Amino acid sequence: MSQPVLVIAEVRAGKIRQVTLEALQGARLAAGDSAEISAVIIGSGITGLAGELASYTSGKVYAVDHPELVSYNAPAYLHAVKGIVEELQPSRVFLGHTAEGRDLAPGIAALIGAGQISDVISIESGELYKRPIYAGKAFEEKRFLSSSGVVTVRPNNIPPATLAETAGEVVDRSYTAPVDLRSIVRDVVRKAGGKVDLAEAKIVISGGRGVKSADGFKPLDELADVLGAAVGASRGACDAGYCDYALQIGQTGKVVTPEVYIACGISGAIQHLAGMSQSRVIIAINKDAEAPIFKVADYGIVGDLFEVVPLLTEEFRKVLA
Amino acid sequence: MNIFVLLKQTFDTEEKIVIQNGSVSDDGVKYVINPYDEYAVEEALQQRDKHGGNVTVVSVGPGRAAEALRQALAMGADDAVLISDVRIGSDEGAAAVVLEKYLSGQSFDLLLGGNFSVDSGGGQVAIRLANKLGIPHTASITSLEISGSQAVVKRDAEGDTETLELSLPALFTAQQGLNEPRYPSLPNIMKAKKKPFQTLTLDDLGLGEAAALTERVSIALPPERGTGQLIKGTPAEQAAKLVELLRTEAKAI
Repeated sequence: MSQPVLVIAEVRAGKIRQVTLEALQGARLAAGDSAEISAVIIGSGITGLAGELASYTSGKVYAVDHPELVSYNAPAYLHAVKGIVEELQPSRVFLGHTAEGRDLAPGIAALIGAGQISDVISIESGELYKRPIYAGKAFEEKRFLSSSGVVTVRPNNIPPATLAETAGEVVDRSYTAPVDLRSIVRDVVRKAGGKVDLAEAKIVISGGRGVKSADGFKPLDELADVLGAAVGASRGACDAGYCDYALQIGQTGKVVTPEVYIACGISGAIQHLAGMSQSRVIIAINKDAEAPIFKVADYGIVGDLFEVVPLLTEEFRKVLA
Repeated sequence: MNIFVLLKQTFDTEEKIVIQNGSVSDDGVKYVINPYDEYAVEEALQQRDKHGGNVTVVSVGPGRAAEALRQALAMGADDAVLISDVRIGSDEGAAAVVLEKYLSGQSFDLLLGGNFSVDSGGGQVAIRLANKLGIPHTASITSLEISGSQAVVKRDAEGDTETLELSLPALFTAQQGLNEPRYPSLPNIMKAKKKPFQTLTLDDLGLGEAAALTERVSIALPPERGTGQLIKGTPAEQAAKLVELLRTEAKAI
């Protein structure tokens, strides 16, 4: 590929997200070792981060730094990358499959008339992109028919890029807000207590109808605190009003692929299994020995989660101390 | 207010996936309105009932998708359009081209769709469309308040809640929690049969083709998981054993 490959970095809570390094590695796998991989980083007060990003790629790092870009806004961010994309005419653009990447990628694809392959978990030889369909009940390999292509990579699946031999050059790009900005972000409320993000969590602890109430999530939260884990839920628990839909894992909701998934009081409906069965190690805790969740579990405990989970918390606290 | 809802018919989420001759078997499969699109239909109905206007449900898909459109009519949509043509390529880029062409000939204030489809899960069509039409959009909304030509929405961004203000016409995609979709009543199911239903081809839209920009090369089921082990004993023994196994055998924590 003679045209450059571009990675759109993502900044969250003042840091470059891990998925950005995974997207860089994805770009490397797709384009080959000799390809020039450049990156764009957008935000406010990101000079330091741009320098940090440049240590991971020998291509250029375009930094678009402006107070109005402090948090994601679809038209502003698209406007910020537009000029760079039009100038570079990249053959491929890589982003994370995150709230931001999912929103920005189709805009870039529409802008350059490119195909897009979303939610990629691995890149195989011949530039084939593997991705889940039906939330992971099956997998397909896709390729581009268009000359340019946009790819979003699922967090936690492609190994992160390592430091480049020679750091890239940071290029500052100015930003002027579009005159006709028809979408304004009024307010952003971050989720409580800087909790670990579900999609990127290495450990997920998830509750189902068996937690019985919103309070029933407390033992799960405590275990999550000890393990640095994220808390999720089944559709049953969300529909019952025990927790917010933002926590739902399944074919509707989020698909997660952590190192460890601990299902507490979840029966294992097929639509839930689709969202978690690619986790590396699955643990099921359920009173019902016949629950389908035990069929996908590596380790099963038939028992009451309200008894077992606090004991687990205690045990982990001891060994991790 | 003229509202259009983008709708896709998908497998019911309780369906198992069976692969036959290199593609997903649809033998005996139950089809539904994509669950996220169902929230979009419900929202369209509520906004119409509040502000007046008309709700059109639109789908790009095979003939069977008519069933999902009928379902939306039974929920209360006013009319339906199915755009069906073998020349429409099977990816998100192709669907967006077709919808852009159709909608650019319509007058609309509000476009609603689902956050993503539970089958191919690309999450692209609606956002591509908004960009092609040159209208603002917000994806993954959990509330929508319209007054005059302004909309205030809440967006779920990985657990963060963003509040945005947009001017209409605009496009929004529905996240869970936006509303509770209604079930069609029997009288409404009967009424739906008499509502306007249009079937269009690419020729009707004046499009020569709508080529896919990507293609599927292969498809496979995930590898089966090996049999797991049940941990026996008292709850305290079970907990201790599990922690030990996770550290030694699974080397996961």
